[in-house]
Amino acid sequence: MDVKTGLFYFFSIVLLFAAFRVITARNPVYAVLFLVLAFFQAAAIWILLKAEFLAIALVLVYVGAVMVLFLFVVMMLDINIDSARKGFWKHFPLAAFMGVLIALEMAAVLMGGFRVSEEPHAVAVLGQKSVELSNTRELGKLLYTQYLYPLEIAAAILLVAMIAAIALTLRERKDSKHISPYDQVRVKAKDRMTVVKMAATQVAAIGEPAPAHTEENKA
Amino acid sequence: MTLTLGHFLSLGAMLFALSVIGIFLNRKNLIVLLMAIELMLLAVNTNFVAFSYYLGDMHGQIFVFFILTVAAAESAIGLAILVLLFRNMSSINVDELNTLKG
Amino acid sequence: MSQTLSASTLLAVPMAPLLGAVLAGILGTKFGGNWIGRRMSHSLTILGVLLAFILSALTLKSVALEGAHFNETLYTWMVVGGLKMEIGFLIDGLSAMMMCVVTFVSLMVHIYTVGYMEEDEGYNRFFAYISLFTFAMLMLVMSNNMLQLFFGWEAVGLVSYLLIGFWFNKPSAIFANMKAFLVNRVGDFGFILGIGLIVAFAGTLNYAEAFAKAGDLAKLSFPGTDWMLITVICICLFIGAMGKSAQFPLHVWLPDSMEGPTPISALIHAATMVTAGIFMVARMSPLFELSETALNFVLVIGAITALFMGFLGIIQNDIKRVVAYSTLSQLGYMTVALGASAYSVAVFHLMTHAFFKALLFLAAGSVIMGVHHNQDIRWMGGLRKYMPITWITSLLGSLALIGTPLFAGFYSKDSIIEAVHESHLPAAGFASFAVLAGVFITAFYSFRLYFLVFHGKERFDQNPDAHHGHGHHTEHHEPHESPWVVTVPLILLAIPSVVIGFMTIQPMLFGEFFKGAIFINAEKHAALEEMARGFHGPVQMALHALTTAPFWLALAGVVTAYYMYMINPALPAAIKARVLPIYTLLENKYYLDWFNENVLARGARALGTGLWKGGDEYVIDGALVNGSWKMVAWVSSVVRRAQTGYLYHYALAMIMGIFVLMTYFVWLK
Repeated sequence: MDVKTGLFYFFSIVLLFAAFRVITARNPVYAVLFLVLAFFQAAAIWILLKAEFLAIALVLVYVGAVMVLFLFVVMMLDINIDSARKGFWKHFPLAAFMGVLIALEMAAVLMGGFRVSEEPHAVAVLGQKSVELSNTRELGKLLYTQYLYPLEIAAAILLVAMIAAIALTLRERKDSKHISPYDQVRVKAKDRMTVVKMAATQVAAIGEPAPAHTEENKA
Repeated sequence: MTLTLGHFLSLGAMLFALSVIGIFLNRKNLIVLLMAIELMLLAVNTNFVAFSYYLGDMHGQIFVFFILTVAAAESAIGLAILVLLFRNMSSINVDELNTLKG
Repeated sequence: MSQTLSASTLLAVPMAPLLGAVLAGILGTKFGGNWIGRRMSHSLTILGVLLAFILSALTLKSVALEGAHFNETLYTWMVVGGLKMEIGFLIDGLSAMMMCVVTFVSLMVHIYTVGYMEEDEGYNRFFAYISLFTFAMLMLVMSNNMLQLFFGWEAVGLVSYLLIGFWFNKPSAIFANMKAFLVNRVGDFGFILGIGLIVAFAGTLNYAEAFAKAGDLAKLSFPGTDWMLITVICICLFIGAMGKSAQFPLHVWLPDSMEGPTPISALIHAATMVTAGIFMVARMSPLFELSETALNFVLVIGAITALFMGFLGIIQNDIKRVVAYSTLSQLGYMTVALGASAYSVAVFHLMTHAFFKALLFLAAGSVIMGVHHNQDIRWMGGLRKYMPITWITSLLGSLALIGTPLFAGFYSKDSIIEAVHESHLPAAGFASFAVLAGVFITAFYSFRLYFLVFHGKERFDQNPDAHHGHGHHTEHHEPHESPWVVTVPLILLAIPSVVIGFMTIQPMLFGEFFKGAIFINAEKHAALEEMARGFHGPVQMALHALTTAPFWLALAGVVTAYYMYMINPALPAAIKARVLPIYTLLENKYYLDWFNENVLARGARALGTGLWKGGDEYVIDGALVNGSWKMVAWVSSVVRRAQTGYLYHYALAMIMGIFVLMTYFVWLK
């Protein structure tokens, strides 16, 4: 066994352990932290596969931003941990069965279709290329020529996601005097004004001069 | 023993299976559900990168790029919804989210 | 020379009574505001019928003496596909004779009603009904196509229903009129099937056109079976005649129809409506001649009716019921004559019977009036002293009925008996026995009635349920003769009962009177031919009869009746005690009424209830309507469980789906 294989096994085992702990951790903060660990291991594996840019992007963007976001949310929400654990292992047999089934199926499909047992021919070429051209540059070349349009759309998706997140959780300020223009335009005269009929003159009580009211307006 | 594509693919499969188990197990905690989804995406990404390496095609890595983008967007919105849910129901218990029950 | 009659004259014949009926019925009743009173109503209607009678008599004269003929369509009211529905008249010997009979008897009944229904509230309504009846019957006999015949047929059935239930507050009257209508309906069902078959295979409703195609129809067989088409058609048509002319087993309505006032019993249930069936078969003679099976059937049914209805007449105590069973028996005689292919004899008997039976009914009505509305002959007796005119006319009518030589009934009845003897059909043996035995029975019950009513001891005060509630219960009234409006029709009807047979037998049976109207296949059914050979004039026929069996049988019947009811009145009771089972059978009218009410009617109601409960409620409402929504509800209650609302269930479903698809596409494909 050479170093690469050993490293692969090491990283895989830690990855799988971390994934397992993600789903079975009692404390959600622990779960997030284990997820971070899992991502780190995945990044390491990707470096083994000579996808450096993506590995770094995973760590920087995914762990650095998304996982931190998760952590923010977990810590912000006041979760009752104990009640969140009742009846947890009751469903484990069925879930485990499902999982094993999926795993076997996928493995069988993928291995049955792709019988690639040794280092592929292209690796040699890639290996050569990776000496002269960096992974990043390769990625960039492809991205900005062939995949330019999807790149722009990805950017738009991110923008939409940001707006959506803000729009969903926005709360109105309670002390704002802002009036919706829609309501302002929709107002009708009878919502604002009432005409009350009254006698033109009123007989004053004896001994008391009373001014005659004609109409009353309510603003 | 050399590393073959099969190793990476089985790794991806096991990771996927674990996340599926995670979805079923977590009936009380919605956040862990979202995290299991992230794991699923990670498994798929690993597959893509492995294929890209063993078939010498850069397109796999491009696709991972886009998956990462979309996953980030999706988790952001998912968490926003989670926050709203918590605001209204004061709980993230999946068992309580059954108003669409037929 | 054949002269054509005038269409407007002919049209006036049915229209005059109709106009009278409409005026009396609308203006004379509460419906139209009671504008015209009783005198005006009866005058209008009598005037209408009188006009109709005069025109009918003139028409008969034209037809008989000048050989006039008329067969035209006056109005085509609808054409459907190739089928024309018309109003038209066919005037030949048959219809001219029927017109005269109908209008004459109707006129007599109209005049009679002035006296009979004097105390009744529904006076105007009654006149309207009987005029309406006259209109319908005239349309029936004058028609030249089957649709108009059917119109008249149904219309007379309707008016009969209205008249039987004239006193609609009496439950028995309502029962009787429903029974009449429903039994008639059974017959009409067969009739309309027959007409439908003719339309289907001959494509026309017109008599002349249909009869022209009769030869072709005779070669066809009923589709899908071995039977000849013409046999099926004739039997279906005869079923209609069975209903209308009260042949066994559809006779059950006629005795009950005596619930109606006596004038209508005379008009409808003796002289005219019940003869519509006989008339129809005679009219359809071209068709009947082609089917021996149908003729046999007619013969058998007629013979059964003639004999067995006579038996029932022997034990009746209600004066009108005796005459009713006599009518049934005589209708059987007419039917037997039809079966023996002696259609002209049947129609001849129809005419003579109309006169003397109407006479007998009207006389019975006069008697009822005379003994203050008691109808039971056990509490009459010796009425000849009090009601001489009624007595004499009843005697003449009874003598005509039993076939006394020289009277009208003799010529027609004896001709029937001879015709049946000469017939060679298989059923003729039974039929001739039946008609001969019937002569004795007829004489017996007729004279039983005569002796019990007009002779013997007076028994009015012995009546246990004497008639109360009239107001004139101060003294025990003696029977009195009826007013002239009642007795004049009796006299006018008695005259033809005596003489008309003698006068008309030669031209009607053996002459040219029915030429073109009635068709006989002379080679196959030679009965009339053989009779013609033996006929040497009416006087000779009467003398010859003294040597034949019918005369002696009739005489024996009269003598037996005289003995049993005048000389030895205790004998009937003794005989009854000895043959009680037979007596019970006769009293229950062979249990046919019991059968109709308990088996058929109850069965039909049970079927209806069964279909309602089982079919409508259980199957349609329960299984189909309720069942369908319950099924949908049940399915949705099961399917609904998939909508749990839980995320993890949905995720599970998705994963399972992916799993299944993967398995399918990767391994099974």
